[in-house]
Amino acid sequence: MENETLGQIFIITLLSSNFVLAMFLGLCPFLGVSGKLETAVPMGIATSFVMLVASLCSYALNALLTHFGLEFLRLISYIVVIASAVQLVEMVMKKFSPALFRALGIYLPLITTNCAVLGVALFQTARGYNLGQSVAFSLGGGLGFTLALILMAGVRERLKLSNLPGVMEGTALSLMLAGLLSLAFMGFAGVGVTR
Amino acid sequence: MTTNTKQPTNMEQFLEGIWKQNPVFVMVLGMCPTLAVTVSAFNALGMGVATTFVLVFSCALISLLRKQIPKEVRIATYIVIIATFVTLVDYIIQAVSLALYDALGAFIQLIVVNCIILGRAEAHAAKNPPLSASLNALGMGIGFTIGLLALGSVREILGAGKLFDISLFGANFQPWVVMVLPPGGFFVLGGWLLFFAWLAKRKEARHGK
Amino acid sequence: MSTPDTTPEITSSGRMIRTLALVTTVCGALIVAAWQLSLPAIEANKKLVLERGVKSLIPNASDIVEYDADSSGIRRAHGDPAANAVRFYAAYDNKGQLQAIAAEGAARGYADVVRVLYGYRPSCECIFGIKVVQMRETPGIGDKVITDANFVANFNELDVRLSDDMKTLANAVRTVKHGSKRYGWDIDAIAGATITSKAVGRGINDSVQKLLPLLVPHLKELEQGAAQ
Repeated sequence: MENETLGQIFIITLLSSNFVLAMFLGLCPFLGVSGKLETAVPMGIATSFVMLVASLCSYALNALLTHFGLEFLRLISYIVVIASAVQLVEMVMKKFSPALFRALGIYLPLITTNCAVLGVALFQTARGYNLGQSVAFSLGGGLGFTLALILMAGVRERLKLSNLPGVMEGTALSLMLAGLLSLAFMGFAGVGVTR
Repeated sequence: MTTNTKQPTNMEQFLEGIWKQNPVFVMVLGMCPTLAVTVSAFNALGMGVATTFVLVFSCALISLLRKQIPKEVRIATYIVIIATFVTLVDYIIQAVSLALYDALGAFIQLIVVNCIILGRAEAHAAKNPPLSASLNALGMGIGFTIGLLALGSVREILGAGKLFDISLFGANFQPWVVMVLPPGGFFVLGGWLLFFAWLAKRKEARHGK
Repeated sequence: MSTPDTTPEITSSGRMIRTLALVTTVCGALIVAAWQLSLPAIEANKKLVLERGVKSLIPNASDIVEYDADSSGIRRAHGDPAANAVRFYAAYDNKGQLQAIAAEGAARGYADVVRVLYGYRPSCECIFGIKVVQMRETPGIGDKVITDANFVANFNELDVRLSDDMKTLANAVRTVKHGSKRYGWDIDAIAGATITSKAVGRGINDSVQKLLPLLVPHLKELEQGAAQ
């Protein structure tokens, strides 16, 4: 929809439609990686970066496919192009900025098959966002993912020190925590919607 | 394959995904679609069947081609094959029911990145003949569907007082709305996992004594 | 495919490319086949849903024609509308008389996009009804925009007259706080579901502001009948 401003899109995807907590995108890394704060931050940043790349690629690709009337190839070309783009970025990063590569590199291949990344591409297409809106959407989504990851990691670091009943340990507890976080984020609903 | 006694039988491979390796409750895989679309039993069933379709056909095709696919490009090949069947399922759902299509939205296409499918392709279909691969995939798919249904029906019953859109408690029921909202997804899945963990603990305790 | 004398460890790039090309060709063929086979069914489905929606607004519509309006005029719709065009549906009764126009507006609500179909009657220059096509608002709160009789009554005759220069509405449709509706172009929001109410109002306003200036100058062409 073109009646949304960039700021609105950014705030809404960051908070009330948070990718992880409201749209359930990118849950695998959210549950898997969010044990420690020091891995949560680079993982979040790397994912945000890949989401931005995916968003730009899929915007261009969608324009191209629509122009030629080949919409039925959308999904297959999105996934192939996003995967190759990430690979390319990885190689470029390795060559020109080894420090950055060391910090983020190990996460990049993991992220390619993260639903949040393909989700950005699919949702921006479904909503018909233009270029600026797509960028705002992917940035909001990426930072929202990072935010959720950091919050979760913080809670879980504390949790390690507390005494838990045996049944609660593991994924069940993480899911309950995520539920509470999601409930808290619902409080943001409506922020940035009205004008 | 019947000659090799060490290999599990087809039946075992089929049953594996339904109970012992249930993708939702045991392996906790493919969470994105699991939680996002299970606001009602009907949506859960639709998603489960769609995923099963993709799982069975892509695993069968991958298994057929397993000797032809060079290992360096196998992941790329798998993804292309999976994406093809997801596109197919996307069109089939549109042709069958637009209501279901609108309810599932972009999550149909997100089946591509469902870890269960790539996981099955890599761990099973790439090493086994087509019959065994498709049976295993079918089992996994059914297990996944059961998992989704378990989530979807609990959420629909608690959150809307209905099951498959049939009202259960009459007009005076006050729905527990949060269950059909995003936090409810986390709570219900967490609850199921807790239940299974408790079952396992109890069984362990019994065998111990 | 593979020759027996090649070593199994190292795969030649030629073979990789050949395999990938083969797989992609097969997949491409499958997709195209599925697309072409399902296209008629999908189109029929979409038409059915659209007709059901339009008929619930305009019960005596027997013929519904899809049009696109842009700055150069109006024409029969083919495929998806172009970027600068607005899609609308003209409803004719069984004698070929133009009954009303229907079109769709969308705006972001509490949880996700709210899409509404609205009916526009040229004779009163007003909106005479809405139907929510898609929404994921909170059950029991946001879905009052469908069930709340007072809210629905806002759209019995919502004033959407064009201003004299025919470029914008004389008065933009706006959603006001519950109980403070004063003009014919105000929408009285539902207390406790303001965000969803506003989404409905905004979706309609945005769509009407775009559609009517393009549509009204060409109403005569539409009235001359569906047979063009």
